[in-house]
Amino acid sequence: MPVLIFIDQSEGHIKKASLEAISYGVAVAKQSGDTAEGIILGKVTDDITALGKYGLLKIHHIDNEALNHLDAQVFTHVIAQVVEVVKAKLVIFSNNVDGKSIAPRLSVTLKAGLVSGAVALPDISNGFVVKKSVFSGKAFANIAINSDIKIIALNPNSYEVAVAGDAKAEVLLFNAQVAAAKVKVTNVNKVKGDVPLSEADIVVSGGRGLKGPENWGMIEELARVLGAATACSRPVADAHWRPHHEHVGQTGLAIAPNLYIAIGISGAIQHLAGVNRSKTIVVINKDPEAPFFKAADYGIVGDAFEIVPKIIEEVKKVKGVA
Amino acid sequence: MKILVCISKSPDTTAKIAFTDNSTKFATDGVQWIINPYDEWYALVRAIELKEKDSATTIHLVTVGTADAEPIIRKALALGGDEAIRINADSNDSYFIATQIAEVAKQGGYDLLFTGKETIDFNGSSIGGMVAECLDMPYIALAIKFDLEGNKANVTREIEGGEEVCEVNLPVVISCQKGMAEARIPNMRGIMAARTKPLKVLEPVAADQLTAIVNFELPPAKAGVKLIPADNPAELVRLLHEEAKVF
Ligand SMILES: Cc1cc2nc3c(=O)[nH]c(=O)nc-3n(C[C@H](O)[C@H](O)[C@H](O)COP(=O)(O)OP(=O)(O)OC[C@H]3O[C@@H](n4cnc5c(N)ncnc54)[C@H](O)[C@@H]3O)c2cc1C
Ligand SMILES: Nc1ncnc2c1ncn2[C@@H]1O[C@H](COP(=O)(O)O)[C@@H](O)[C@H]1O
Repeated sequence: MPVLIFIDQSEGHIKKASLEAISYGVAVAKQSGDTAEGIILGKVTDDITALGKYGLLKIHHIDNEALNHLDAQVFTHVIAQVVEVVKAKLVIFSNNVDGKSIAPRLSVTLKAGLVSGAVALPDISNGFVVKKSVFSGKAFANIAINSDIKIIALNPNSYEVAVAGDAKAEVLLFNAQVAAAKVKVTNVNKVKGDVPLSEADIVVSGGRGLKGPENWGMIEELARVLGAATACSRPVADAHWRPHHEHVGQTGLAIAPNLYIAIGISGAIQHLAGVNRSKTIVVINKDPEAPFFKAADYGIVGDAFEIVPKIIEEVKKVKGVA
Repeated sequence: MKILVCISKSPDTTAKIAFTDNSTKFATDGVQWIINPYDEWYALVRAIELKEKDSATTIHLVTVGTADAEPIIRKALALGGDEAIRINADSNDSYFIATQIAEVAKQGGYDLLFTGKETIDFNGSSIGGMVAECLDMPYIALAIKFDLEGNKANVTREIEGGEEVCEVNLPVVISCQKGMAEARIPNMRGIMAARTKPLKVLEPVAADQLTAIVNFELPPAKAGVKLIPADNPAELVRLLHEEAKVF
């Protein structure tokens, strides 16, 4: 039962989350002695054959202009055609925007049970059970998929990218029927140059403790020297100190970077819900009673305005950058 | 214009997360239930705003749930729906829930279906896309802005590192998140009116359950915070670099 992995691209570039999905899919296939194949839609400028190094040796490419922008309905039906031809029994997505748009539709078309937000390889010792994040990161649920065909959408930053060798993947042009898109994309606004928050390994985040938008210079500088994305608590976005897309938490974006640095954020439960899957949490807060310290790995009790500039200087020293 | 808003019930955002029955069930003792925030603040309120602009709009609410979901759906009616439908069934499997909602949608002939971005307990982000596929309608997930121009919807959705503006003709299914609308609270008149608004209870149609919850786990407890003196930030940087190895 081949495993089919959906490879996500944006403006021709393969997303990092897809490399995780590929590594995951290759590992699942190995677990059950199956082959893994990839599918990629739309125009790609990155070298697709290079994905072979993650152990993915066969990739179906459908290069059709109608697939350069996401219309979940159109994408779903193209993927379903490939599933049918390769007789895939398991389809892997990243649980990002594309995955959240397409995987549920594919679930209905194929009548395939879906677990979204998966955080670990399936347990196939007794049925097919996938561990997923629930209660906004505060717990996990083990979910059994009972259908013949299965779909998993893997949470970003939950599975380590693994290099398997230096083989090149074979790219097969797949001749699919592609319907006309009903969703017309008229404008794409990307924050140029910055690391997208959802894909960032390191996130530097500021809260109301920073007093006002004029004090974000040091947050941005720390993010710059660390190669990090910036985030903020909800009241900060609500007060328009920072753009809304930086808001993390229960009602904002949920992220799981390797390092989350929270500066002047109290650590309310709704904030934690969006960041508690981070691997390492650093809290800088002048109040030793701030609840965030309970969820932190490292902490400094003190005034951010004094501490953060010093941290920036230290990071520069360690990294040898200006 | 007929809008269907999907409403789910979720534990309050501060609820303690614990499990019973050998970790197979969420421990509901002492838990306050609320309308799932995405459904209330963004999906429902945006629908109400659309109705305020065009009074020929009707808003129906649908929930798949047992009788204990009624206070939630009444609260949603108090905010502004015209009529509610409860499908009397447990809500465990996304495919099952979506099939029920799609059935209601087929009967009602809606122009627009709103769901929340996700439930804050199950975090599926699935129901909207599933319903759209059942109905063969286009689907825009994670919308942060929605406006109507006759039969055309202008929608802004989140993408990684930015946003995308799209156009689509009705009917369409939209999953809603922050940005769609400004939160509001029900007023006394709404609460009184909600008591007499129709709440229909329908039995579910036959549908498969493709998934089942085996059990729950709590994440391992953190080892505890390592505090570094405020006058020694260099030590923090060293620990992050050498011990945690995060940069
Ligand atoms: C249903 C619901 C959903 C919510 N969703 C979210 C969400 O998604 N995301 C979110 O963030 N919040 C959310 N909230 C709000 C949440 O409850 C908190 O109000 C919010 O997170 C607080 O933000 P804050 O920590 O920036 O501000 P505050 O709570 O005001 O904390 C500021 C902190 O800064 C510290 N500080 C002050 N000065 C300094 C200094 N000089 N140096 C160092 N530290 C300093 C203070 O000690 C304090 O701990 C939600 C609330 C509800 C009810
Ligand atoms: N039991 C339910 N009844 C009605 N709508 C639901 C139900 N469960 C989920 N939804 C809707 O689907 C959205 C996404 O849910 P989920 O896929 O579970 O994350 C929610 O925000 C609701 O709008």
